[in-house]
Amino acid sequence: MAKKKTDTTTIEPLKFSGAWDYAPAPESTGHIKLEKRYGHFIDGKFVEPLSKKYFATYSPSTEEKLADVADGNAADVDAAVKAARKAYNGEWGKMPAAERGKYIYRIARLMQERSRELAVIESMDGGKPIRESRDVDVPLACAHFFYYAGWADKLDYVSPGRKPKSLGVAGQIIPWNFPLLMAAWKIAPALAAGNTVVLKPAETTPLTALKLAEIIRDAGLPAGVVNIVTGAGATGAAIVNHPGVDKVAFTGSTDVGKIIQKAIAGTNKKLTLELGGKAANIIFEDAALDQAVEGIVNGIFFNQGHVCCAGSRLFVQESVADEVIRKLKDRMQTLVVGDPLDKNTDIGAINSKEQLATINKYLKIGVNEGAEIYQPKCSVPSKGYWCKPTLFLNASQSHRIVQEEIFGPVLAVQTFRTIDEVIEKANNTPYGLSAGVWTDKGSKIFKVTQKLRAGVVWANTYNKFDPTSPFGGYKESGFGREGGLHGLLPYLKFD
Amino acid sequence: MSYKLPKYIPVERVEIDTIGVEERVARLNTRSIKKESKVEALKMALTMMDLTTLEGKDSEGKVKQLCYKAAHLHDVFPGLPTVAAICVYPTMVATAKKALGNAKINVAAVSTAFPSGQGPMSVKLDDTKFAVDNGADEIDMVISRGKFLAGEYSFVFDEIAAIKEACGKAHLKVILETGELETLDNVRLASDIAIAAGGDFIKTSTGKVQPAATLPVTLVMLEAIRDHYYKTGIKIGMKPAGGIAKSKLALQYLVMVKETLGIDWLNNELFRFGASSLANDVLMQLVKEQTGVYQSLDYFSKD
Amino acid sequence: MPRLEVLKTYKMYIGGQFPRTESARYYALADKKGNVIANICLGSRKDFRNAVEAARKAFGDWSGKTAYNRSQVIYRIAEMMEGRKSQFVNELVLQGLTPAKAAAEVSQAIDLIVYYAGWADKYQQIYSSVNPVASKHFNFSFPEPTGVVSIIGPETPSLLGLVDAVIPCITGGNSCIVLASETQPLGAVTFAEVLATSDLPGGVINIITGTRKELLAQYASHMDVNAIVYYGTDKAEIKAVQENATLNVKRAIIRSGIGTPGPELINDTLETKTTWHPVGY
Repeated sequence: MAKKKTDTTTIEPLKFSGAWDYAPAPESTGHIKLEKRYGHFIDGKFVEPLSKKYFATYSPSTEEKLADVADGNAADVDAAVKAARKAYNGEWGKMPAAERGKYIYRIARLMQERSRELAVIESMDGGKPIRESRDVDVPLACAHFFYYAGWADKLDYVSPGRKPKSLGVAGQIIPWNFPLLMAAWKIAPALAAGNTVVLKPAETTPLTALKLAEIIRDAGLPAGVVNIVTGAGATGAAIVNHPGVDKVAFTGSTDVGKIIQKAIAGTNKKLTLELGGKAANIIFEDAALDQAVEGIVNGIFFNQGHVCCAGSRLFVQESVADEVIRKLKDRMQTLVVGDPLDKNTDIGAINSKEQLATINKYLKIGVNEGAEIYQPKCSVPSKGYWCKPTLFLNASQSHRIVQEEIFGPVLAVQTFRTIDEVIEKANNTPYGLSAGVWTDKGSKIFKVTQKLRAGVVWANTYNKFDPTSPFGGYKESGFGREGGLHGLLPYLKFD
Repeated sequence: MSYKLPKYIPVERVEIDTIGVEERVARLNTRSIKKESKVEALKMALTMMDLTTLEGKDSEGKVKQLCYKAAHLHDVFPGLPTVAAICVYPTMVATAKKALGNAKINVAAVSTAFPSGQGPMSVKLDDTKFAVDNGADEIDMVISRGKFLAGEYSFVFDEIAAIKEACGKAHLKVILETGELETLDNVRLASDIAIAAGGDFIKTSTGKVQPAATLPVTLVMLEAIRDHYYKTGIKIGMKPAGGIAKSKLALQYLVMVKETLGIDWLNNELFRFGASSLANDVLMQLVKEQTGVYQSLDYFSKD
Repeated sequence: MPRLEVLKTYKMYIGGQFPRTESARYYALADKKGNVIANICLGSRKDFRNAVEAARKAFGDWSGKTAYNRSQVIYRIAEMMEGRKSQFVNELVLQGLTPAKAAAEVSQAIDLIVYYAGWADKYQQIYSSVNPVASKHFNFSFPEPTGVVSIIGPETPSLLGLVDAVIPCITGGNSCIVLASETQPLGAVTFAEVLATSDLPGGVINIITGTRKELLAQYASHMDVNAIVYYGTDKAEIKAVQENATLNVKRAIIRSGIGTPGPELINDTLETKTTWHPVGY
């Protein structure tokens, strides 16, 4: 860290708590309808699992059980794939594209109508703040269905001159960080392109996908077009390895992505992978610093840092490093950690006990590696899984906390002097999903964003998403794009 | 051909990204202030109010009524504080001082050819001295926006410094009239100039130009105050004025102050609302919180 | 006394140089009658490693050139090839093609290079988009090269196949390491000589001669290779390529043979980058 130019140590830091603290403002859960037990959603209805087995899904903020869900085995997956195949060969495959689009529009509208319920369940099951599930996850999920609905009867324009065809049955496996949104990212383009779907939500966050199944049922979508099978890794493997699956789409860790890529080697299955990341967020001295600090906060503390594109490596130019770190520390003191259902919560619960253990492991590693840890003084509830927002100052490229994806609210901070140096360091990673650049100089933005080897680059902003905007990685962050016209390509083939 | 000397700029330009500011404001606005924290904030807002009348038609009678209201906001509701100050034209300062008597309420006077600021320096200085001599505790001056937009920052700086001197012991609030500054970059630069030239407070607007106070503008000004504090340890005050009529909006301003500058600014030494109709809305909300029944303005005095 | 003919040594092409294999091994290439035509370098894993290093080094410069410049450089390759047409034809004939077929293949190969030279400053617009996001941001997506690409070229047609494999790849701004046809490697070596006298920077195309059997796994597994293009239909080979590719989530592009030319072949080794910026003042 650069030495301070002027001595400001005698100036008292600003105080952000101790007077006029906000009273709890919990979102009510009265209107939420949750069953005690959920089967799989196969062939248009909820069915008992052939496995006869169930597992519980818990709230990570209260550790209370929310519901039991079916634990799918190979036979369950087989039933789902067969239902999907039947629908593909039958009503769905023969349906005029415009009608197909209307069904997707209908799903989007029903989701909007039930948006509050979806948001509350998302926060209960996954631990994310209601502010985010209400303002980001659910509206974006609706928007994805709305966007792709309109594509259904316009596929001839995706690649002019080439005739598009659907693939068949898509097997889709999604992670726990954006349960409903990832379901939307997967299902909407697949349906628009004319495929049918077998989707498995993550085992810690199955509820909103099951709520989506109810919506799909209520929308009158023909039976078997969308099938939702719950379970853990073995269920996912059964989908990946099922010979009746034509396409596999996976969002999750790079480790599991590699296993899937290997599993389908030698088959004709098409594959898209959205995997891990360790994004550089670069602050130049000529940036709008206060807005950059907000971008740093959005970059790493959004969704407890459970974000594959999180800006988890901060690079600050030495001349402004002290100022930026001071502003960042001040800002971190205003972050409210706690009950995900409280409207004022900024950082909710860590998604699971296992993930908390992983994050805590890295906190120890960071300290042992000699990085300087900073956490604001804030209280966390006694029950549930929590991690305070954390900075590691004086981190270096060779630290594991800089190299490895932590998937938590933990930011590794490094300083740099020159543009070439920071570009080299930013690209010095096996990942390449996203990056951030902050500078007020236009020509520098274009140069640096072009030099960064990453699929999504945010300049003077961070963690923005839109259904029209292609998203996906370079290198070990995966391949294929989701969103926009590009997001249809993985679900189509051309003559 | 004459060579024009480079202009004296007393401060560095600080970059502001408008969309980033708007996003931060939107996020701050999601704060939900309920129950006891709402009551506390509403009372706090009352203590921070500069109850204002700045009309050509202002009369001594009108000013006296306002002064009474300032000290007796809603007497049927016990335990209410008084407002921070009455804000009037210089000619009304003596009337207001007298009407307020021993109440701990300041009198603020707008000066320097308010609201346009289009007057000669001598007039501006006389205007200020007149108000101070009549007992004004605070002076709300306007900057020369035309000169600012023409890039004559040293003129703006020197003018503020001269008025500050003329204020003597009176506190100086510098009105930037942000509605005429066009960009947030300019708002930041004007804030920095006003602070560097000796303003005790920086204030958004005269109330005579639209848009008047906005949350994005206020955030940028609060950040200028914060940066100055960290450079010097000196706490500058902030006054958004104009267009703040509803309690909900007032709470949003308070949230912004708390999360930008911290709790030390949550008092009328360092934060004011310039408003005329906000007081009654805050009072209605307070009564609603107490009774659980939504209120009508018919039950609150309009002065 | 008749003049003694000077025989040609067929070397590999790595980083703009013509080294022999570091392993000092060779295999004898024979014509249909079993007469040895030439000794061909039996490239090793280390040769491949050296080539990857050269390709990585060349990537930044090549991908950073203007599209117009890349277009001219690729067109220049065609010009240089045209000048050596008869040599390419002769070598194909030597390797068993009829003169007519050989001439046709060489002409086709040259024309294919011209075709892709034209794409170098056009495919970007085909695959770019401005995305109408629902916020105050300007958002656009455009293609960038994947990086270093390893290519297992088709056995036949050996020359046209080589061109079909490498030219779309470098048109997109990638650098590559191609394994030449094992049974008909002569054209690849002569193609390297064309490249050396063209304006293509050294290291953008690297040509290794040798056997699939020995080098396939290396091509697919190297951690600094971002994508592999495989030509063939051998199921075991395809599975091996796809499995080895998983080590670093390599993009594995499987082509059964030479298809219809088009920008899709360029797009196979491109990535899409999306950039966001606020709109305001």
